[in-house]
Formats: sequence, C-alpha cells, structure tokens
Amino acid sequence: MVRRGIVLSLLAGLAVLALVGLPFVGMERIPLASLWRQGHPVDVAILWKHRLPRVIMAFLAGSGLAAGGLAFQAVFRNPLAEPFTLGVASGAALGAVVYIHLKLPFSLLWISGVSWFAFAGALLAVTLVYGLTRSRQGFSTATMLLAGVAVSFCFSSLILLIQYLSDFTQSFIILRWVMGGLNSVVGFGEVLTVLPLVAIGTILVLYLTHELNLLILGEELAISRGVALNRTKAIVFVAVSLMVGGIVAVCGPIGFVGLVVPHICRLMVGPDHRFLTPATLLCGAILLSLCDALARTIMAPAEMPVGILTSLLGGPFFLWLLVRQGPSGEAVI
Amino acid sequence: MPGSVEELEWLKEKRRGPRNLWDAQAGATQPLPITAQAMHSPSPETVLDVRNYSFRLGGKEILRDVSFSVQRGEYLSIVGPNGAGKTTLLKCIDRLLVGGVGRIEVFGRPLESYRQKDLARRISYVPQADGRVIPFTVRQFVLMGRYPYLNPFSSVDREGRQAAEEALLMTGVAEFAERRLDTLSGGERQKVYIAAALAQGADIMLLDEPTTFLDYRRQAEIRDLLSRINQQGGTTIVCVTHDLNRAALDSDRIVALCEGRVAFVGSPAEIMTPDALERLFHTPFLLTSHPQAAIPVIVPGPPPPAR
Repeated sequence: MVRRGIVLSLLAGLAVLALVGLPFVGMERIPLASLWRQGHPVDVAILWKHRLPRVIMAFLAGSGLAAGGLAFQAVFRNPLAEPFTLGVASGAALGAVVYIHLKLPFSLLWISGVSWFAFAGALLAVTLVYGLTRSRQGFSTATMLLAGVAVSFCFSSLILLIQYLSDFTQSFIILRWVMGGLNSVVGFGEVLTVLPLVAIGTILVLYLTHELNLLILGEELAISRGVALNRTKAIVFVAVSLMVGGIVAVCGPIGFVGLVVPHICRLMVGPDHRFLTPATLLCGAILLSLCDALARTIMAPAEMPVGILTSLLGGPFFLWLLVRQGPSGEAVI
Repeated sequence: MPGSVEELEWLKEKRRGPRNLWDAQAGATQPLPITAQAMHSPSPETVLDVRNYSFRLGGKEILRDVSFSVQRGEYLSIVGPNGAGKTTLLKCIDRLLVGGVGRIEVFGRPLESYRQKDLARRISYVPQADGRVIPFTVRQFVLMGRYPYLNPFSSVDREGRQAAEEALLMTGVAEFAERRLDTLSGGERQKVYIAAALAQGADIMLLDEPTTFLDYRRQAEIRDLLSRINQQGGTTIVCVTHDLNRAALDSDRIVALCEGRVAFVGSPAEIMTPDALERLFHTPFLLTSHPQAAIPVIVPGPPPPAR
C-alpha cells in the first residue's frame, strides 16, 4: 500500500514536471517569462499557441489511450487488447476519414463532427470485434486478436479506398493524418474538443474500478460476485470509443500507448485498478508528452510524427508479450 | 444385504457378461422413485424453488423440465453421470447462464427480478478451482467477495474487512493471505474460492465439484469446512459432486440428474441402493454398510477374474 502510494506520488510529480517543463523543450528557446505573457510576442505565441496546447493534448491523448487499453485488457481478459490491436483506432480513423472526404461541416454540443464520426467508427469496430469473438465458443485470445486484425484490415482498406478516390491534396492530408501526430494542434480549440470526451471516458473507467478488478477473474466469477456484465461492457465500450474517437479525430491513430502503459504500470503498482487506473492515466500522459517532445526535437527542424515513435516503441513490446504468453494462450494481466 | 457374499457373487456374475439375463438398459428405462413430497414442496422455509425449468444450449436441450426445491439451512447434493446437466443447472440458478424456460425463485422472488448485486447477496458460487492466472493475493481476492456491498468510488468498510478476515480464518487460508492466488496448490485454491464466497455473506452457497482432483486429505478438509459452514454458519449448501459416498454421508437430500431430467429427489438412504444407482449410471454398484453411519456406501468392485 505504501509502495503504491509512493509510486503514484512520483508519477504525479513527474506529470507536473512534464506539464511545466516540456513546453520549454524545442528548437526555439523560450524564456520562462513568456509563461506570464511577458517578453517577445513570438516567444509568447510559440508557448501559448503551439507548445502548451500541444503538451496538454499529449496529456489528454496519452491518458485516454492508456485508460482505453487498460479497460479493454480487463474486459477482454487479455494482455494484448488495446484500441489499436482491436481495430477500434482503425474504426475511429475510418469515421474521421469519411467525415474529411464528405466535407461535412457540422458540430454537436460544441464538439466537431469529425469527433462524432470517429466515435461512431470506434463503436462500430468494438461492437464488430466483440460480436465476432462472442459468436465462437471459448472467447480465446486467438479469436479476439484475429477478429481485431480482420476488422482493422477491412477498415484500413476502406481508408485506402477513400484515399484513392480523393484528390491529391486531400489524399496527402489523410496520409499525414493516419501517421498520427500532434502537430496539427494550434491553440486551445482542439484541446477543448477532446477534453470533454476524454474526461467523460476517464470518469466512466474510474467509476468501474471494482468491476474491472472482478472481470480479471473471469466473467463467471464476476457475475457471481454481482457484476452486471452487459451493462459494464456497454459502459466500457462507450467510454473507450468516446476517448479514442475524440483523440483519433485530432491526433490520428497513435498506436501502442494503450498496450505499453498499462503493463508498465502493473509492474509498478500491481493489478488492483484502484491504484492501476490513476497510475495508467498519469503514466500515459507522461509517456506521450515525452515521445512528442522527442518527436519534435530528434529531427529538428523537421518533425517526426509521434505515431511512428510510439509504434517503434510498442512493436517490440507487443512481440515480447506474445512470447511471454503461455502456449495455452492464458492471459497474463 | 448390501456388501454380502451373495451380492459379491452376483456382481462377479454380471461382470462376466451376457450369461446374465439382467438387462441394464431395460432397467434404466424405468423411472427412479421420486416421492411427491421430495419432488416439489415449497414451504415458508423454501429458499430456492426450481419449477419445470428447461435450458437449451446450441440447439441441444441440456435441462428438461427440472423441478426441486431447497429449504433453509439444507445441504443438498446434485449428482448424476457426466453430461447430465449438473453444472448447467448450477449456473442457471446463479444466472451465469440465462435464457431457460420455466421458473426459478430465490426467497420467493423470481430470479429475473433480482439486480445482479442483490442476487449476489443471496447466492454465492464456487467454481472448480482451475489453473487460471489470477494476479491478486489471497486477501485481495477474498475482499473482492464484498463487491455486492460496495458503491462506486468506495472501499470495503470495516464490517466487510471483518467478514473477509473471518472467512480467511474459518477456511484456514489466513496463513498465506499475502501470497498470489496462482502460486497455490489446487486444494489451497479451492479453500480460497470458498473463503471469497463466505465473505460474500450470501444465504445460499453453490459449489461445483469442490473436491474433484484433490487428494484425500484436502478432500477431508474441504468436506469439514463445508459441514461447518452449513451447520455453524447456517448457510444453505447446494453442491454438485461425483462422489456419491460423500453426497450420501454429508447431504440432507440428494437430487440426481440424468440426461437433463431429474431422475431422483430424496434422502441419501433412498438413492444408495444398487438398483437405483445402476439405473442412474448404467453400471453395476456394490454397496456395503458404513461402519459408523446408517447409510450404505459404495465400495470398489472386485478385481478382474484371474486369467
């Protein structure tokens, strides 16, 4: 208990440090006074219009994707489950690409239409994967991953088709967006679009702390302890789709954050979601903001899409998990 | 006379083959005795009432028109051959499987009218202890049994912690409470599952073959534990088992299932006859008097005839 408290405090401290420090990391050196809107107007603009919104967006995206992975791993009782591997991110991407292609300018509840389309795509993907998994007896790891891969391929093909049918400029925008990145974030407009979706999703995942703990034991034990299984799953699917839809609509599909972060946190604080969920939220925020800082400095003055960096990090981790998983496919979560 | 020399000879004769005119298949078609009183007798003390319940899975009828009731504080065993529908019945009672036709009432209320948490306060379920990976410690796992009493964003209260500690002590698992569940042996794990069900504080405990795959010592420990839970704690026990001797010695009543139907409901003494058991399992049985109890028990058949 004490150890977990210390780890959580350290993560909170690191998160504050990242939030305050990372906006000052970049090709252009920004004086501290710019934080109080003093000094050169260009420095103030870089800090307040570019770097700060971008770091906050990285926090939101990192937390949301990591929380999504955490919730999926518990619900599917599978260490490889996350929005990316289950095709949910592809679903959200397809929704967003359809919106971009159709050029539908609308918004609902102050949230852009692209976010709602991405949300719908994500929900469609998770429903498809879950439906395919449930239609076969056993609910095995292999079935779930195959269903995720199949849905992901289908949606990726549809994205390619839309890209093929688009003109050159639109096609390039889609391609660049699919790589995933935070460089499109300018000002706090996008942050305010993503914030309510990630906040609602996070609250819902925190609300289900006890249920997620019990779902790790298996569905039968969870039900016999009193978990309303269908309701819990519906809440998780909606929560993750909201978060992933909102994040993907702005940042594109950023892979593997949802896979890597929950496992790192399990090693640090154990499997109890009362500690694991806050640790995952904090760690996701720290990891993605650090990756983004690296992505915008490693090839300066050019910028590497952060999605490439997270995938480079997550790919080997995914392989390690596959090897670590027993021959029976028994989950190690 | 069960276990007599005559019966032994008769059994030997039967094992030799077709020379015997006795026909097990023909015998099996005759229904086993089910007394009207035992079949269905809801009373003010009835805690569980299953009435004309049928359940299909994948197009196959697993349970057919099952009816029986359980009284408060009773120890009821469900026996029957493999594939008879015993585990399915248990899962239907705890709503782990849904979609059956008929009626199940728990404390006089239809099963479907319960919220899942309210049902968990009435019924706990102990599955067979398998080798699945469970990353929690024994204490964490047992505390999770208090879920029906928790609100979102809350922790287990003092009363819940006390209930969990008592369950740990009663089941004898307190000494390894900080060990991870997947590092325990089958017997230890089974006790932890029972401890978590105890911490749940439900009135009825359903158990699915709690002693299967355990050695004699662990079987005896689990058996003693269940007796104490039933007699001292007053918990009603419904236990699926393949061990007919234990079912006969430990239970107040026995329900026997065969091909999804109730083949027998009654006292252990009524079912523990060679004839009744043979009709149920389609194989001959040899019984003898228990030296300390007034109930016949099954003894292994004789060795094969010398070549």
